[in-house]
Amino acid sequence: MSKTSELPPGQSPQRVKDTPVSLIQGSPRVINVGLSGFAEALAAQGVAVIQVDWSPPARGDADLATLLSKLSD
Amino acid sequence: MSDVRQVLREANAEAVHRMLAAEPVLIDVVAAADAIPELGEGMILHAGPPISWERMCGPMRGAVAGIAVFEGWANDLDAAAALAARGAFQFRPNHDFAAVGPMTGMTTASQPVMVVENQASGNRAFCTINEGLGKVMRFGGNDASVLTRLAWLRDVLGPALGTALRSSEGIELKSLVARGLTMGDEMHQRNVACSSLLLRSLAAALASTCGDRAILTTILSFIASNDQFFLNIAMAMGKAITDPVRDIKGASVVTAMSRNGTDFGIRVSGLGDEWFTAPVEMPDGLYFPGFSAADANPDMGDSTIIETIGLGGFAMAAAPAVAGFVGAGAPSNAAQITHTMREITLAENPEWTIPALDYQGVPTAIDIRRVVETGIAPMINTGIAHREPGVGQVGAGVVRAPLACFESALWALGKRLGVT
Repeated sequence: MSKTSELPPGQSPQRVKDTPVSLIQGSPRVINVGLSGFAEALAAQGVAVIQVDWSPPARGDADLATLLSKLSD
Repeated sequence: MSDVRQVLREANAEAVHRMLAAEPVLIDVVAAADAIPELGEGMILHAGPPISWERMCGPMRGAVAGIAVFEGWANDLDAAAALAARGAFQFRPNHDFAAVGPMTGMTTASQPVMVVENQASGNRAFCTINEGLGKVMRFGGNDASVLTRLAWLRDVLGPALGTALRSSEGIELKSLVARGLTMGDEMHQRNVACSSLLLRSLAAALASTCGDRAILTTILSFIASNDQFFLNIAMAMGKAITDPVRDIKGASVVTAMSRNGTDFGIRVSGLGDEWFTAPVEMPDGLYFPGFSAADANPDMGDSTIIETIGLGGFAMAAAPAVAGFVGAGAPSNAAQITHTMREITLAENPEWTIPALDYQGVPTAIDIRRVVETGIAPMINTGIAHREPGVGQVGAGVVRAPLACFESALWALGKRLGVT
């Protein structure tokens, strides 16, 4: 059985080789989207983190979001 | 649906065009009754959306009582309050009469108002004269010192300013504000540069038209000692700029933001003069010695017309010193505040630029769709009044416009356009 065949369907050897290993061996580098508390907690521990401000459109109000979609350019 | 989007796009383009094309000029100071013919005895214009005596906050009630005594409609403050409670006075928003007023925003018949003419569209807007800091009527002050100062503004300063302005070609405000932005003003909580530039522009005309040297000295000293003197002029300018933007069918641009100490209200171009209100927020700020947040009144005043035209909190990057003064964080945060306001506006004003942002223009034309979509509420720089009548200013801070105003306005705009 080849090495490739041991991988979960859809994953390439390259991803197995690079991503998990680098995550474990290197320092984490994080992009946090949304609630800033997660980014602040990581930053307090010295982790490099970029905060991206984001919230659901119309504060999560589905009816308003639908209205917005009809009125948007 | 595409037709609706096209209507919105064209309407907002027109709204932005009118806002940026405005040519505001300070041309005169006259009695309010001459500027606003409807302003009769017992009629009091106030800041914010409509409100009854029963729902008015402490400083608004204090100012009403004080202005009633000032106008001679009551012998003392208690009598004035009793008359107000009995419905003897008619309360109307300044905004209904092309006027604006800071904090409590009292405008009555005999007070002098500054006249700003938008020479691109021919409309005029009005605002009373700034009284200075401390115990003043706009913060609810109403004792003898407050009323004496108002009488001096009415009898001496107002007529002298009017005479001086009429002897000149007026003062072109767009370029003056442009210079003020490069000198550290944002025109809401910092007006020291524009007040100085204004005094420089007015001094010769005042000197040539005011025959009494002692009076001239008093006038020049009063203006020179008040860093916020220009605020009321900037407000009248804001009203003169936004009034021609009212009632453009389909436009989602905000034409007024205002608060009466109880409610926050907005008006939107495509919705005419209808107010969309929500409970007003408490400012987050810094307090003068001896006062704290426990003394503070909720947010108040028509001065948010400043933010409506892209200045004040929207131009915080021009005035990093203000960020610390109003408790908005470190001066280095100022640029980020202006950047954030870009997310809810449709344009930059190419004539009002900020050096610290590589001369980007101030964020202009608040779009209610963007406010609702992003959840980013307009940032407002503000003074803070004591919650009890008669005390006056106790601090300065920042406050956010309540999102509920924008959400209810969006529903109304959708309905107006046949979209729900």
